[in-house]
Amino acid sequence: MEQKLVALTGNDAVAYAFKQARPHVASAFPITPQTEMMHKFAEFVANDEVDTELILVESEHSAMSAAVGACAAGARTVTATSSAGFALMWEVLYLAASLRLPIAMAVVNRALSGNINIHNDHSDAMGGRDAGWIQIYAENAQEAYDNALMAFRIGEHPEVRLPVMINYDGFIISHTSEALFMVDDATAYDFVGPFKPAYSLLNVENPITVGPLDLTDYYFEHKVSELEAHQKAFDVVRAISEEYGRLTGRHYELFESYRLDDAELALVILGSTAGTAKDVIDDYRRRGVKVGLLKVRLFRPFPAAEILAALSGKQVVGVLDKSASFGGWGGPVFTEIRSALYQSPNGRPPIHNWIYGLGGRDTDMKQIAEVIDSLQAVSQGEPRETINLLGVRL
Amino acid sequence: MSLKAASELQDAGIITESGNAEEYKTGDWRTFVPRFVEENCIHCMFCWIWCPDSAIEIDSTGEKPLMKGINLDHCKGCGICAHECPPARKGNSALVMVREEK
Repeated sequence: MEQKLVALTGNDAVAYAFKQARPHVASAFPITPQTEMMHKFAEFVANDEVDTELILVESEHSAMSAAVGACAAGARTVTATSSAGFALMWEVLYLAASLRLPIAMAVVNRALSGNINIHNDHSDAMGGRDAGWIQIYAENAQEAYDNALMAFRIGEHPEVRLPVMINYDGFIISHTSEALFMVDDATAYDFVGPFKPAYSLLNVENPITVGPLDLTDYYFEHKVSELEAHQKAFDVVRAISEEYGRLTGRHYELFESYRLDDAELALVILGSTAGTAKDVIDDYRRRGVKVGLLKVRLFRPFPAAEILAALSGKQVVGVLDKSASFGGWGGPVFTEIRSALYQSPNGRPPIHNWIYGLGGRDTDMKQIAEVIDSLQAVSQGEPRETINLLGVRL
Repeated sequence: MSLKAASELQDAGIITESGNAEEYKTGDWRTFVPRFVEENCIHCMFCWIWCPDSAIEIDSTGEKPLMKGINLDHCKGCGICAHECPPARKGNSALVMVREEK
């Protein structure tokens, strides 16, 4: 299939993907750096390029509430947010997942207040990692676009039926023009297909009650299928990624292994910093240092068994977190990775955490090199703190 | 009533049968209960219209519906019926709220 090479910002690329999926309803409230994404989508609606009911609401709490109502009515539904907007959706995020409504949401990752900061880190989405949504992270605009198209298939799959967050880094991805390949509209819609809701509030022939009071006698049982749906999502993500790979030539797995197979030192990174790390890894490889990268793509559900297999046998592992878990032992990615490695059959490698880039602090190649140097030192027996901060003035 | 296992339930707790609120007994929420004073009743059906819980029982077999009493399985004791009962304005209410002894 011939694909068009275009120059787009991450926000515009995701807006195109949303347009190509032909959502029935979009609800949104503007917040930097998500705003331009919905601007672009609103332009498609205004120009009749997509037949979507665009609901302009008064807050993100309302944006997510409107999305829940629309999706329960049987509409393919999209929304988008960042940072404080994400935080304001909090209560309703859990509802969307509990009610098994496959809403697709672009989360343009940005730091949380305070102090007020508009730049990228992962505090927003990481704070919502237990809300029951599927979370996919992108390294660049191409991946954000591809993930957005796949998100509809994954979330709406009958075995899954869960909402999906399409995460991409604020400004670094959302506002930077990049060259990417786009699928044409017809092929994209052919791939995504029409939305077939399991239930609809608008079906007056078969009236249903959604979200009833659910107390000590049944609430717990209703959580079982939500837990199971996440486990079923692994195979679904794999299958849909494969299908997308056959269609586009861009192949995705649950995570990406970059020069990882023969690596002795392993970095684990999620988001745009993975791209920076790849360049640094290439430098070190030229100098004979066996370092590789595991780039997390699917963070919820967390593919623990596969990650264990990929990292097992490494001499030392360094996990980078672009958000802090205050009072926790390391950042959220670190705790997941470390927990996965506990079951390592051939001895657990030393594992260290670096919190980096908070509030959009630039993470350059020198900082990644610093981490690799530290991993090398650890592999030679040098002691090191488990939790470290990277790129901050102490 | 035997409780169902997770595998026997609809995902998300969605209720696919309609009209089953009747099975949910809410009568034990009450503190006050309406006592029906039949001799004061003019069978105007105000209580039946106003009751939020469909707890007013009527006999609709005759030419005109007749107030029969209160369904205590569903009456939450809100007192709207006693408040709206027209004879109450003349001091002859057909529905009098009394504290329920349990």
